[in-house]
Amino acid sequence: MFLNKLTRRCMIAGVAIAATLGTAGMAAAEAIKVAAIYTLPVEQQWISRIHIALNAAAARGDIEYTFSENVANTDYERVMREYAEGGQKLIVGEVFGLERAARKVAKDYPDTAFLMGSSFAPDGDNFSVFDNWIHEPSYLSGIVAGSATKSNVIGMVGGFAIPEVNRLMHAFMEGARSVNPDVKFLVNFLDSWYDPPKAKESAFAMMDAGADIMYAERFGVSDAAVERGVKAIGNVIDTSGDYPNTILSSALWHMEATIDTAIAAVANGSYKADDYGQYSFMAHGGGSVVVDSALVPADVVAKVAAVEADIKSGKFTVAVNDDAPVSDK
Amino acid sequence: MMDFVNIFLSDSFWAASLRIATPLIFGVLGALLCERSGVLNLGIEGIFVVGAMTGWMAVWLGMGLWGGIVVAALSGALFGLFHGILTVIFGLSQHVSGLGITLFGTSAASFAYRTALPQVSSPPRIEPFRALDIPILSDLPFIGPVLFQQTAMTWLALFMVALVWWVMEKTALGVAIKAVGDNPDAVNAQGLSVIKLRMGSVIAGSALMALGGAFLTMSAFDAFFFGMVNGRGWICIALVIFASWQPGKALMGALLFGMFDALQVRLQTQAGAVIPGQIFLMAPYVLSIIALVIVARKADYPRALLTPWFKGQR
Repeated sequence: MFLNKLTRRCMIAGVAIAATLGTAGMAAAEAIKVAAIYTLPVEQQWISRIHIALNAAAARGDIEYTFSENVANTDYERVMREYAEGGQKLIVGEVFGLERAARKVAKDYPDTAFLMGSSFAPDGDNFSVFDNWIHEPSYLSGIVAGSATKSNVIGMVGGFAIPEVNRLMHAFMEGARSVNPDVKFLVNFLDSWYDPPKAKESAFAMMDAGADIMYAERFGVSDAAVERGVKAIGNVIDTSGDYPNTILSSALWHMEATIDTAIAAVANGSYKADDYGQYSFMAHGGGSVVVDSALVPADVVAKVAAVEADIKSGKFTVAVNDDAPVSDK
Repeated sequence: MMDFVNIFLSDSFWAASLRIATPLIFGVLGALLCERSGVLNLGIEGIFVVGAMTGWMAVWLGMGLWGGIVVAALSGALFGLFHGILTVIFGLSQHVSGLGITLFGTSAASFAYRTALPQVSSPPRIEPFRALDIPILSDLPFIGPVLFQQTAMTWLALFMVALVWWVMEKTALGVAIKAVGDNPDAVNAQGLSVIKLRMGSVIAGSALMALGGAFLTMSAFDAFFFGMVNGRGWICIALVIFASWQPGKALMGALLFGMFDALQVRLQTQAGAVIPGQIFLMAPYVLSIIALVIVARKADYPRALLTPWFKGQR
C-alpha cells in the first residue's frame, strides 16, 4: 500500500518534472541557469561535492540550479540536449562513460557552456573538463597512514581501476612510503562503484592478511574497519562523524573553486573550452586534508602541515601516476 | 602456493563464504519455489532491490529489525502478487513480465527512497543485525567464527532451506506445487486449484527473494544505496538450475558461489601483481557457468515451466 501510494505520486511528480523542463526556457531571471546531470545519486561521494558547490552558488543567488540524478550513460545525451534546448546556460556533469558522444552534443549547442568531469581534454569552444585532482591531499593522508601502521601493511579497496582512482591511490602510496619505506600495500578493486557489502568483504580479507590501516575509497571499507577496530583513511568526503575513532585523516575534494570560476566566466561572457582540473589543486582550495589530532601524534600532524605548505608554495610537486596500482609482493 | 592452502585453512574465509552466500540462499530458494510451480520469476533482481529498500526503511522508521524483515517480505510478496496476476491469471509472457517487475521494482524503490529523503548528504544508517554471540558455541575454534558468529539472518536463511525442503518433500502441499509445475492438468483433475497453487508459490517465493535484498541493507551493511544489489538476483536464476530445483543443492550452489567470491577477493589481493585483478573478478561467474554446464545437462526441468494454464483449455 505504501508503494502503491508512492507509485501514484511518482506519476504526478513525473508530469510535474516534464512541465518544469518544458517551461524552463520561459522563466526570466538574472541568475544564471545551471543544470547538472549525474549518473549516480547525489549521495555518492564524488557527485555530492559538485552538488554541494552548486547548491551553495544557488543559495548565494548566483545561479538557478536544477539537476537530474541516476541518469544512465545511455540516456545521458538526451538529458544534455533537453537541458540545452530548455535554455540552461551552464551544464555540469560527468561524461566518463560517453566522452565522444558528449563532445558531439556540445558542438550542437554553441551558446551553452558545458563543464564536465572527464578523463580527456577540453573540446571545441564550449566544452570544458574537470576532475577530482586531489592527489596532493591524498599524498598527505598517505603520510599519516605510513606513520600510523604498525604491521606495515596497508589495505586499499577501490571501485574501478581508472585514472581518477589510480592517481589518488598512487599519491597516497607515495606519501606513505616517504615516511615509511617498509610499508606494503594490498590493493583490490570491486568493479562496482556501489556495493558496500562487497567492499566490506574485501576489507575483511585484507585485515585477515595483516592490514592495520584501510584506505577507504568506497563506502563499506570504513564500516569493516570499525567492526575490527582498525583505522581508516577517508577520500573525497569527510566521514569522520559517521565512523568515530576510526578515520585518521581524509583527503577532501572541494568543487567550489571550479564551479565559481565557471559561473563567473559564463556571467561575463568569457567562457571557453578549458581544463578546470587545476581548480581542484590545493593551491586553489580545491583539495584539502583533514587530520584527526586526537588519533594522530603531534609530530605527524606537524610533518603533514610542513609538506602541505611546500605543496601550496610550489616547492614540492606530487607526482601523477595513472597506472593501475597492484599489491606489493 | 602455501598462501593458497592457508586461505582454505582460515576460519575467516569460510565465515565470509557463508556471509556472501546468505542473500543468494534466500534468492535461490525463492526462485526455486516460483519455478517449481511452473513460473519463471525474472523480477528477482528488482524484488531484491525492493526488499533491500523497504526492510531498511522500516527499521529506519523505527519498526525494529524483525519488523523490517516482515515489511521486506510483505513488499516482496506484493510484487510477487503483481507478477502472478500477469503471468498466472492473464497468462502473459513470464520473461517480459519478470523483466518488467525488475525495472519497476528498481525504479519504485529509488523513487520511494528519494521521496522520503529528498536532501541527504549520506544515507542514514540503521543499527543492523549484529553477529550472534552464543555462549560456548561462538567461542569454539573454527566452527565458532564460521557458524556461530554469523548474524540472525544467516540462520534464518539456513532455517528457510530446511523449511522449503520439508514443505516440498514431506507435505501434500509440496507434492501439489511440484505437480502443478509438471502437469497442471493432472492437478486440476484432482480438484485442486492450479491458479491458487501457482499464485501462492510466486508470492511466497517473491517474499523470500525480498529477504535476500533485506540481508544486504540490514545485516551485511546498514544503509540503502542505489545499485547495491549489483546482479545478485540474476546469479540466483542460474543457481536454481545448478541446484536442479532441489533445496539442499540450492544451499550448496549458493555456498559454492560464496566460496568463489571469498576466494576471488583474497587471490586478487595476494596475486594482483602477477595476474590482472579482472581475472579474479570474473572467476566466480566463470566457475559458476562451468559448474552449471556440468550439472545442467542432467537438469530435470519442471515440465510446465513457462507454460501458462487456462481452465478448460488443453
